[in-house]
Amino acid sequence: MSVNIVYAILVTSLATFLSRFLGAITSQGIKEKSKLFKWFNCLAYATLAALIARTIIFPAGILMDASYSSRLVVVLLSIFVFFIFKKNFVYPTIFSAICMTVITNYV
Amino acid sequence: MVSKKYYFKGYRSILAYDSPAIALTCCFIAIGALFKNLGFNIQESIFSTVLTYALPGSLVMAESMLIGASLLNIFLAVWFVNARLYPMAVSLFPLMMHKSQPKWKYYFSCHFIAVSAWLIMKSNYKKIPKQHRIDYWIGIGSATVSVSVIGTFIGFSFSEYLNKDMMMGLAILNPVYFLCMMVGAAKTTQITLSVALGLILGPIIYLLSPEWSILLAGIIGGTVAYLLGEYNVS
Repeated sequence: MSVNIVYAILVTSLATFLSRFLGAITSQGIKEKSKLFKWFNCLAYATLAALIARTIIFPAGILMDASYSSRLVVVLLSIFVFFIFKKNFVYPTIFSAICMTVITNYV
Repeated sequence: MVSKKYYFKGYRSILAYDSPAIALTCCFIAIGALFKNLGFNIQESIFSTVLTYALPGSLVMAESMLIGASLLNIFLAVWFVNARLYPMAVSLFPLMMHKSQPKWKYYFSCHFIAVSAWLIMKSNYKKIPKQHRIDYWIGIGSATVSVSVIGTFIGFSFSEYLNKDMMMGLAILNPVYFLCMMVGAAKTTQITLSVALGLILGPIIYLLSPEWSILLAGIIGGTVAYLLGEYNVS
């Protein structure tokens, strides 16, 4: 293994584990029914939703090469499929991959 | 020790019809291919998936390495991106705390905090006795990490056969799957508002501050949703 890559992996793991570990430590005094717990629950859902929206609208990596409109169309159609199939997660997920490949190739 | 019954019950959750196995595998296929293109070998790729086990963090590491960033820059960039794991941990561990369970299980299993495992646990924890939830959680975490490792291996091994269009298809799976899971989880006023506000505020704040957008959108959106939900109840 080359040293630089290993160091980069270790540093990335440490930075990731830090947030997880701090969360595990500080959650010890928090009760399941407390207001603080409810607040953190809302923070977690809002943060995840923000991350997902950012991934779709301002993506990093390969998705940057797909146009904004194609990404949005795929996501909206997939949500539609999600509701059509009574909130099944598998169909919209597979549909999104096929739809994205078709749109980037033929539209 | 870990209860085998609940551990394997958690592990089997990845086989459920609505599990994130497909989305997770596809995303890590893309990550495995990316690692190969970056010059990682197979051991380094799997080492990275097991130790980091967070997609956005891995992507940030890859991008930072491409531009020749220092280790300190990589650390700070990944820490910012993965700071979302802190509220996720705080909003999950109180559901699993039990005085009969040793502390090491909690410290060890915090490594499994990631969107997929977190959402599975949030959907199923009520079905598991509180005393055994931590064992169930370790099972879920082990299963999702296993799937991620398999995905990385496939992506690394078959990267030459994955063209750009296929990679795009794989990359869109993850946000679509998690968006559907979030919409499906929005059953209370507070959670529905949190998801809606996070979706709206995330991209808006990104225009003002890309580095802080996720955290700020989470804090503002989550706090407003919490206050409105409490007001609604009272």
